[in-house]
Amino acid sequence: MLNLKAIERKGGYNFAFLDENTKREIRRKTLKAVAIPGYQVPFASPELPIARGWGTGGLQVTMSIIGPDDTLKVIDQGCDGGVNAVNIRKLLVKTTGVGTTFDTAAASIIQTRHRIPEEPMSGRQILVLQVPIPEPLRFVEASMAKTREMHSEMDYSRMWVFLYENIVKWGEITIGARYPSLVNKRYLIDPSPIPRWDVPKLHMAETLYLFGAGREKRIYAVPPHTSVEPLEFEDIRFRVEDFSGKACVRCGSDHTYMNEIYGGPGGGKLYVCSDSSRCDKLRAQRGEAKTHAGK
Amino acid sequence: MPASNAFVLRVTNLAKRYGQGCPSCYALTGPAFATNICPCCGSIVACHDIGFDLEEGEILGIVGESGSGKSTLVRCLYFDEEVTGGEAFLAAYGKGGVNLFAESSQRKRFIRNHLMGMVYQNPLLGIKPHFTAGGNVAEKLLTADVYNYADIRARAASLLTRTEIPRARMDDFPARFSGGMQQRVQIAKALANNPPLLFLDEITTGLDLSVQARVLDLVKEIQRELGIAMLVVSHDLGVIRMLADRTAVLKNGRMVEIGLTDQILEDPQHQYTQLLVHSML
Repeated sequence: MLNLKAIERKGGYNFAFLDENTKREIRRKTLKAVAIPGYQVPFASPELPIARGWGTGGLQVTMSIIGPDDTLKVIDQGCDGGVNAVNIRKLLVKTTGVGTTFDTAAASIIQTRHRIPEEPMSGRQILVLQVPIPEPLRFVEASMAKTREMHSEMDYSRMWVFLYENIVKWGEITIGARYPSLVNKRYLIDPSPIPRWDVPKLHMAETLYLFGAGREKRIYAVPPHTSVEPLEFEDIRFRVEDFSGKACVRCGSDHTYMNEIYGGPGGGKLYVCSDSSRCDKLRAQRGEAKTHAGK
Repeated sequence: MPASNAFVLRVTNLAKRYGQGCPSCYALTGPAFATNICPCCGSIVACHDIGFDLEEGEILGIVGESGSGKSTLVRCLYFDEEVTGGEAFLAAYGKGGVNLFAESSQRKRFIRNHLMGMVYQNPLLGIKPHFTAGGNVAEKLLTADVYNYADIRARAASLLTRTEIPRARMDDFPARFSGGMQQRVQIAKALANNPPLLFLDEITTGLDLSVQARVLDLVKEIQRELGIAMLVVSHDLGVIRMLADRTAVLKNGRMVEIGLTDQILEDPQHQYTQLLVHSML
């Protein structure tokens, strides 16, 4: 297990690595993004000690909003121990000295890649998502000049035709992650590569969601209590992944997003919670329950 | 023409100029000078002082030689081009009292998607070859806010059947269709949202004769059954004679004559129209 306390703040860098002017620019762009839900705001995205495309968008958003009293949680595909999460956490702690946690409920800022935690979050928390491709229309239009025009005129017909042809060809919509969703009935967003399972969590949430794309230099946001509707036909509705009849081999939970791994007896399939923190928590709670029962 | 008649589309003083322009552009071009290029600044006056009313269920033909401004006129009316001046009113939009050209691009898109249909000479301008035939019709329906998959499917199938595209080819790509079939897919797409107004720009040019006849039959049938008002652009007087109730003649970006098609063809008044009619084979 990682020893969170072993990481200490190193001197020689400004608080949270970025200089104050850069942080201020990112905060200003973030405010604009919150004011226009779902609109992609361009920002400077300067160089960082990690390469673009490895979470630099989310990292910069976190760096610009973090304060000494914050408690940080960083996850990669639902796991606190993923290599991307570990490196980002180390960089942030070394340059800020903030406390970190694996516990979703205890964190004030959660930076994440590809997942939204299973545990419900509150209005005191901010979720920062790392985004590889902020443009939902990239599926159907290569030119960024054209997609900007399409957004400004709310012309999403080509995305709709894409979905229509998906159904014609496959009988259902085959987009797994990055499901295009309409924010506040106005802007179409790419909710980052979260699975469909997580998309409904964005809708009318308590929590502020900030999306940072470092390579593409865009910030966008879903503020609390904002509608986020996945595109769906009136008669063919959006649906999340189906895990019915399957349960996590570690915690036994049957209503979380699960990873499928080969490793069972005879090379069979196993299912494990993708959100490791919740899985651990549930196991710990069950352990407690056992000791209580044993007394 | 009596002004009391209900109009579907009213156009007044439409002008379109390419180039920087100068004060004498309009004064020094036109049929009287046999040019639409301004001798002072070199700007091209594609259309100037064009005005007409299109009535309910009427087909208005627009004829003229290459470069007379026919296509520019319909492209302006369909918002493909930004006009330099003039006004257009649509009875179905804002009770006919709102100048369409002054609306925002978002509103223009609404008008175009909900109240107009367009068939271009080149089918690939109107349809997307990498969407299926059904997908192309679906696109027009989706832009007109129809979001029921089964309804879209059924409507696309009926329109494509109507335009003689076999049901079996509904989910094929128009890139693999013949030119005539592509044109018919384009017509099906243009009709998808039941528009009160349809623009047809040289739709039979480049098609072989039997296909031409079928496409014209189709247009005529659609007009008779659905009562859609149409603006038909053609340099082919045979097409105009067959389709149009009234005809306007364009020359060097100006409208030189407008009247009943029979009258234009049998008793042309303007010198250019006389030349045009007498050149007919």
